[in-house]
Amino acid sequence: MLTARLASHRRTMGAVISLVALAILVPLLLLALPESSALHVPSYLVALFGKYLCFALLAVSLDLVWGYCGILSLGHGAFFALGGYAMGMYLMRQIGTRGSYADPILPDFMVFLNMKALPVTWWGFNHFAYAMLMVLLVPGILAFVFGFLAFRSRVNGVYLSIITQAMTYALLLAFFRNDMGFGGNNGLTDFKDIVGFNVQADATRAVLFSLSALALATALVASQAIVVSKFGKVLVAIRDAESRARFVGYRVENYKLVIFTLSAMMAGIAGALYVPQVGIINPSEFQPTNSIEAVIWVAVGGRGTLVGAALGAVLVNFGKTYLTGAFPSAWLFALGALFIVVTIFMPKGILGLLDPRRRRAPPRKDAPASVEAAIDANVPVDR
Amino acid sequence: MIDRPALTSSLLYLDNVAVAFDGYKALRGLSLVLRPGEMRAIIGPNGAGKTTMMDVITGKTKPDSGTVYFAGSHDLTKLDEPAIAELGIGRKFQKPTVFESHTVEDNILLALKAPRGPFATLFGKPAVGQLEKIETILRTTRLTDHRARMAADLSHGQKQWLEIGMLLAQDPKLLLVDEPVAGMTDAETVQTADLLREIARDHSVVVVEHDMTFVRDLGVTVTVLHEGSVLAEGPLDVVSAEPRVIEVYLGR
Repeated sequence: MLTARLASHRRTMGAVISLVALAILVPLLLLALPESSALHVPSYLVALFGKYLCFALLAVSLDLVWGYCGILSLGHGAFFALGGYAMGMYLMRQIGTRGSYADPILPDFMVFLNMKALPVTWWGFNHFAYAMLMVLLVPGILAFVFGFLAFRSRVNGVYLSIITQAMTYALLLAFFRNDMGFGGNNGLTDFKDIVGFNVQADATRAVLFSLSALALATALVASQAIVVSKFGKVLVAIRDAESRARFVGYRVENYKLVIFTLSAMMAGIAGALYVPQVGIINPSEFQPTNSIEAVIWVAVGGRGTLVGAALGAVLVNFGKTYLTGAFPSAWLFALGALFIVVTIFMPKGILGLLDPRRRRAPPRKDAPASVEAAIDANVPVDR
Repeated sequence: MIDRPALTSSLLYLDNVAVAFDGYKALRGLSLVLRPGEMRAIIGPNGAGKTTMMDVITGKTKPDSGTVYFAGSHDLTKLDEPAIAELGIGRKFQKPTVFESHTVEDNILLALKAPRGPFATLFGKPAVGQLEKIETILRTTRLTDHRARMAADLSHGQKQWLEIGMLLAQDPKLLLVDEPVAGMTDAETVQTADLLREIARDHSVVVVEHDMTFVRDLGVTVTVLHEGSVLAEGPLDVVSAEPRVIEVYLGR
């Protein structure tokens, strides 16, 4: 136990230090070095890895609910996409008269659709602060309402997974419709500026990459703090034995609601960082397969390990980029095979292979004395 | 109604409780009164309604009719599981149910009487004297040497004790214990009887059990359930001499 807990702290610290180092180094390598230098990082790679970091953040948010509380959400991509749309709407409003129709208020697609005025849903999105608030609030409120209804009715297990899937599918269909006013099939694209900086510029890309790395680092630190707190222990207790947790006196639905809402907001931030780096957001982001892929990232990296989820997201997406380039038809087969192999042979994912704990091993003779055991179990000593 | 003397002086009061699942009558007119500080054994053949009775008391199942009062004034039929747990009713399941991926010590910590809300556990400070309480419970349940082990790694008997320890940590007024010695070795059974008698000194306890030797060891009033209502009540020797009880247990 001592080693397992320490290992988890060390893992998080290691990941955070690496991410901060990346956040500083990558912009330097991109901006300070001449393109002829061997160490120069091309800007497309920066955007690509920035995208991976956003996926990693989504994976961490999913791991919080699935890995620690046993809520297998197959619709987390929806929260990611909603965060992305909120950012996309801000970016659309920044285009201004530079659009093809040069309308100072209405984005191109609205002019094209003969819309006369800006829909209410778009009001305020020209302000960055308002848009960022919506990045948090829209996924958060949806998760809160959805979770309130589902958890209070004690919808569990596979039934919950199915309705999360239905939720993202419903949003997919809704966002496809032109009269929803979110750009329909084409989504939002042709972004120009973000807070006054050109989104295509190397410097902006470098900053977005750094922000993604820092957001991931912050999420890891916050999530680690949550899971080692008593709150986190209750989450694991709910995952292991929900009815026992109820009879001990914990209101399970409230715990699920808090972590589900927090997780959705985290996914929203990931989506918001993702959109300016890829330059587009469209309804395909709501596709159920996206959410299922996110589950695979977490499973591959190691469920309930946080850092593992992030690692899984980066590795699987790296593999995806490579395979879809080299063998386009092989990717889905590879993904399916990966999921089966991980489920059967590595139930705790990549990090499970590194886990120093051997759960079924007999207790060691040199078991920690009581004080150490108390520290180990994170039980504060009274003063 | 709640002013009646029988209600105010009893800790648990069930009157004419009926529960049906899809037409199957699990409880039909069950009545039971438990005095404060009393320990009671409930026996009965399979399907007698023992577990359903526990479900009704702890809020898992809502009765179709009848009254259930706790400590004189609390109508348990109107409350859910966490609320009833907060009132001071702890429950041990038939199958040992502990938090497997937590250590023995964390299991008790989670059960320890403390604010239960998500924000209290996220930001709250640990209670004063918490460590001493955990120590005491570990000692009572003979788990001091296993405190740092994962609950999943405990033996069956140890898991049962850990679960009883978690009940103690909740510091309930009433403990409901469902088949505590099922699957235990003889030595463990004897130890468990000791443990329960120790607990009964300052808690009210209801034990559901099949094991007659164990019930004899406890030496308390026995209630015999049959087909969802009370068949007989009294000391084990008196009850087991009743022709109706013999008939139910041994068949015609």
